[in-house]
Amino acid sequence: MITDKANLWLVIVLLAIGTYVIRFSFLGLLGGRELPEWLLRHLRYVAVAVMPGLVAPLVVWPAATGGNLDASRLLAALAAFALGAWLKNVVAAVFGGFVTLYGLQYLMG
Amino acid sequence: MTSTNPKSVFWAGLRAGSPFILVVAPFATLFGVVATEAGLNLVETMTMTVLVVAGAAQFTALSLMLDQAPTFIVLLTALAVNLRMAMYSAALAPHLGKAPLGMRALMAYFMVDQTFAVAVKRYEEQPGMPLNHKIIYYFASILPVVPLWYAFSLIGALAGKAIPPEYSLDFAIPICFIALTAPMLRSLPHLLAALVSVIAALALVWVPFSMGLILAALLAMITGAEVERRLNRRKFERQGA
Repeated sequence: MITDKANLWLVIVLLAIGTYVIRFSFLGLLGGRELPEWLLRHLRYVAVAVMPGLVAPLVVWPAATGGNLDASRLLAALAAFALGAWLKNVVAAVFGGFVTLYGLQYLMG
Repeated sequence: MTSTNPKSVFWAGLRAGSPFILVVAPFATLFGVVATEAGLNLVETMTMTVLVVAGAAQFTALSLMLDQAPTFIVLLTALAVNLRMAMYSAALAPHLGKAPLGMRALMAYFMVDQTFAVAVKRYEEQPGMPLNHKIIYYFASILPVVPLWYAFSLIGALAGKAIPPEYSLDFAIPICFIALTAPMLRSLPHLLAALVSVIAALALVWVPFSMGLILAALLAMITGAEVERRLNRRKFERQGA
């Protein structure tokens, strides 16, 4: 649970401002100026560099099981990954992940 | 099909944006549910969703706050997830940069993955498109996406209170991130970047203040960019030979 509400509001407001500045940057201030090629090349990988690293510890050490590896969660993560990579469809991957999670939890009691 | 009057441009934009309803509605609902589960009340959830309008960053921030990460790290990581929008902004500037400042300020607020992709595709297909048509198309493609993002976040937040803990919604964040990321792994550099990110994040989990994730992301970014550079160079050499 997030209990520190002052901190939560700080995050909400600063995240909103920061995100807006990123969106406004080139369209609003820098006009048609081009980013250098090396920077663009790195920016292309930001999303795939941050998100897998964020998820990996949550899958391997889930807080809900006291940090112990949980078969149903691990397999649900693999199912979501396989469906997402294969079908290139976000909704199908979310759906498949949850079906696997609930299915296994039901089977394992 | 070329659109010649503003009305048909508007409908073309609306049509181009509508398939994303299927992605945005469930994703927004899930955000509302997860935020409520994380302890946010209705006002907090909706303020975040309306001010930030960036699902992946919102999930990132929630996840790190639940993990008690320091505020600085929460912001740095969530903003890193949004850095891709600097690319969108740069790609839209040649097309929309001549619009009035107030208009551009409004466009910046509504800049999301789906409508960016749709708008740039259209602008490149129709190079002669006049500025006012480009503006109409941009806002029309947003109409089926952003208002639904608000509405379904609200539905999710209201529903979230009614969902008992045995539904394991703690795992909604990982599943969502995996579902968002897996379709992006369309080339070898993307795949290797993701792999480095996973391995480094697990190996560096002991680093204090959630800094391990930032380090892992930097390593992964460098990996992706470097592999891409080498692959391109090899392709270039082959063509030259």
